[in-house]
Amino acid sequence: MLEEFWFVLVAVLWVGFFVLEGFDFGVAALLPVIGGNDETDRRAVLGTIGPVWDANEVWLLTAGGAMFAAFPEWYASLFSGMYLALFLVLFSLIIRGVSLEYRGKASSAAGRAWCDRGIVIGGALPALLFGVAFANMVRGLEMTPEHDVTGGFLALLNPYALLGGVTMLLLCVLHGAVFLTLKTRGAVRSRARNVTRSLAAPTLVAFAAFVVWTVAVRGGIAGAAVGAAALLALGFAVLAWFGERDGLAFAGTAGAMALLVASWFAALYPDVLPARGMPDNSLTINAAASGHYTLTVMTWVAVLFTPVVLGYQAWSYWIFRRRLVGADLADLAGSHETG
Amino acid sequence: MATDMSHETIARWQFAITTVYHFLFVPLTIGLSLLVAVMQTVWNRTGNVEWLRLTRFWGKLMLINFAMGIVTGIVQEFQFGMNWSDYSRFVGDVFGAPLAMEALIAFFLESTFLGLWIFGWDRLPRNVHLATIWLASLGTVISAYFILAANSWMQHPVGYRINPDTGHAELTSIWQVLTNPTQLVTFPHVLAASLLTGGAVIVGLSCWHLRRGQQVELHGRAVRLGLVVCAVASVGVMASGHFQGQVMTRQQPMKMASAEALWETERGAGLSLFAYGDVSHGENKIDIKVPRLLSFMATNSFSGTVRGVNDVQAAEAAQYGPGDYTPVMGITFWNFRAMMGLGAVYFGLAMLGLFRMRGGHLPGGRYLLPAFVWASALPYLANTAGWIFTEMGRQPWAVFGLLRTSDAVSPGVSTTAVIATLAGFTVIYGTLAAVALRLFLHHGRHEIPALSPNVTVGGRSQPGGALPSLAY
Repeated sequence: MLEEFWFVLVAVLWVGFFVLEGFDFGVAALLPVIGGNDETDRRAVLGTIGPVWDANEVWLLTAGGAMFAAFPEWYASLFSGMYLALFLVLFSLIIRGVSLEYRGKASSAAGRAWCDRGIVIGGALPALLFGVAFANMVRGLEMTPEHDVTGGFLALLNPYALLGGVTMLLLCVLHGAVFLTLKTRGAVRSRARNVTRSLAAPTLVAFAAFVVWTVAVRGGIAGAAVGAAALLALGFAVLAWFGERDGLAFAGTAGAMALLVASWFAALYPDVLPARGMPDNSLTINAAASGHYTLTVMTWVAVLFTPVVLGYQAWSYWIFRRRLVGADLADLAGSHETG
Repeated sequence: MATDMSHETIARWQFAITTVYHFLFVPLTIGLSLLVAVMQTVWNRTGNVEWLRLTRFWGKLMLINFAMGIVTGIVQEFQFGMNWSDYSRFVGDVFGAPLAMEALIAFFLESTFLGLWIFGWDRLPRNVHLATIWLASLGTVISAYFILAANSWMQHPVGYRINPDTGHAELTSIWQVLTNPTQLVTFPHVLAASLLTGGAVIVGLSCWHLRRGQQVELHGRAVRLGLVVCAVASVGVMASGHFQGQVMTRQQPMKMASAEALWETERGAGLSLFAYGDVSHGENKIDIKVPRLLSFMATNSFSGTVRGVNDVQAAEAAQYGPGDYTPVMGITFWNFRAMMGLGAVYFGLAMLGLFRMRGGHLPGGRYLLPAFVWASALPYLANTAGWIFTEMGRQPWAVFGLLRTSDAVSPGVSTTAVIATLAGFTVIYGTLAAVALRLFLHHGRHEIPALSPNVTVGGRSQPGGALPSLAY
């Protein structure tokens, strides 16, 4: 029972990561498109995620830590099994973090330009890689009875997983554009709306194809139902966008992301890591889980601290709730020099 | 599971490089965030804007360093699963808990409130804004507590049992893991070393400015604060280190013996200050010793008995089966000396600096100021030597007495893949070290600017829509 609870909790942590970092990735990838060549506009774009991206990234660390604590076999098999893909994720997250933090401190325009490249790569590449990685987790990996993955990096690049990567990248970019629409005014916001307009159709198509293919790969009513709900949420986001209801549109893309990630975990259940071709080698929730005592301790920790964390993280979003503006409105708004 | 030697060696190099590198940034993050919080508190209490200027100057330098600590920290959490999957399987039930707690309790705290501190200068009331830097600083300290508890468990496993079905370690008491005697001496040691690092960097850079006669009043304040912190912290490092020595002697006698390259068990053993010759085989040509000091360090008594390598090797072979239980003696011996020696040198310098500060003077002179500038490297070298010593001194074990390092690697990962990522990490880490150092020096050499008139602090005065100001 506790094992199932932790499976759900790990899923919730990944959902939180994708919903929050999803728009961070999208905003970063869109920096040159929506920020254009104007420094004030670029600063407005980055200003929307500046105060929060780092805390959003902690959802990844917490999801990883929770897997390590609650499902050591899952953590060990998955992370060693997707070795090079994960290295690329780490590599791009390092580039992204340093670029975001050092951009404002760079002493020259050339330095800032390097940081901007790092931000774009660090936004787009992890989105793509996470999509590929999770699609492969759902699809299953070839592995030994000890759950050591035998396929290399190239085995991850199958058509289904590549579609997963493209879908995740498109969804993150769309989510980021909708977030920018919600968080800015003036020219920056209208550029974000233009991006949304061009991306809505391809994202819907890729998303629908991926959801259907996932059902074909894994079957199962639950996964199919959640996947269908995800598709509805994305449709809702597009409709809200047409109505210029920025908040609702963002709720829609956030919901689509949350339900998509949830559908993967629904499709996995009761496995955590299916073995491709050799169902007997699959790693199940119960086989991967830590002992009862550890899960009980971790449950107490989660119950005590999660509400506190959610509380202050929500408060920080509230503090930075105001819309930002670019060059066109900066003088009106009384923007002053940043230090 | 058997793996070839080269795989293990490369994986160990990778862990050593990524961890030592990560720990170049961590102590300064812990030390500086606390000291910046102190500076801002002084400003908040006294209203003296000089302290606000110092807060912002050192705050910016802290953030340059903080970013590196954060991005290299992600690697730390993931590489257990990537390179050490059999280790993760064996220890996950115990070791995963403090790591998950660190993320949930510490990382969210430090990252959320750091974001609020950086961007919140003109959005938060003054006292609330001050609280954000203290909470971020608290986050770094809590983080250190959990990760050191995890490491202490590798040095001295407690609160577990071996599950007979899986052969893996299983947690039986989280309380014992979090209050491991190893942890209770290690945490103060690392915390004091972090404060020493922060203090030494502040003193070093400020003395660089003093030597050039730049903004003497401002940097003088920082030097005074830094020197007091260094003096207190270096005493703390030595005192906690003394107790660590005794805990280590009890729990890991081989590590203590290898720290001293003490081959035969001795009563009233001396501490070697410098040896020349073949340390690894006990054939020293020159050996300068302080009589009985090793016995004092190891047992708190000048006539205590310290077990030698040969005795411990025989005892461990009897307990764990035939094998070599002796670490690489040249590494443990010299790193132990580097750690203690450099720490002692800094202690001496700090005392000298304090002595010169009597009567409100600033440290000065042809030799002392440059000495402090260069001495800011000492805590870094000592920190690094300390980790190399404690991790190498535990070998051949990954978890002392339970799991050998050779049984800990990922069986499914190819040697080629480990070489590739080792090369990748080395390249990116090397590049970023150059970038971060350049940026640190660039901003560190700058004059501390006067506060511009349109700076708003602690107000909510500006109209909606402006970019967050003072966002470093």
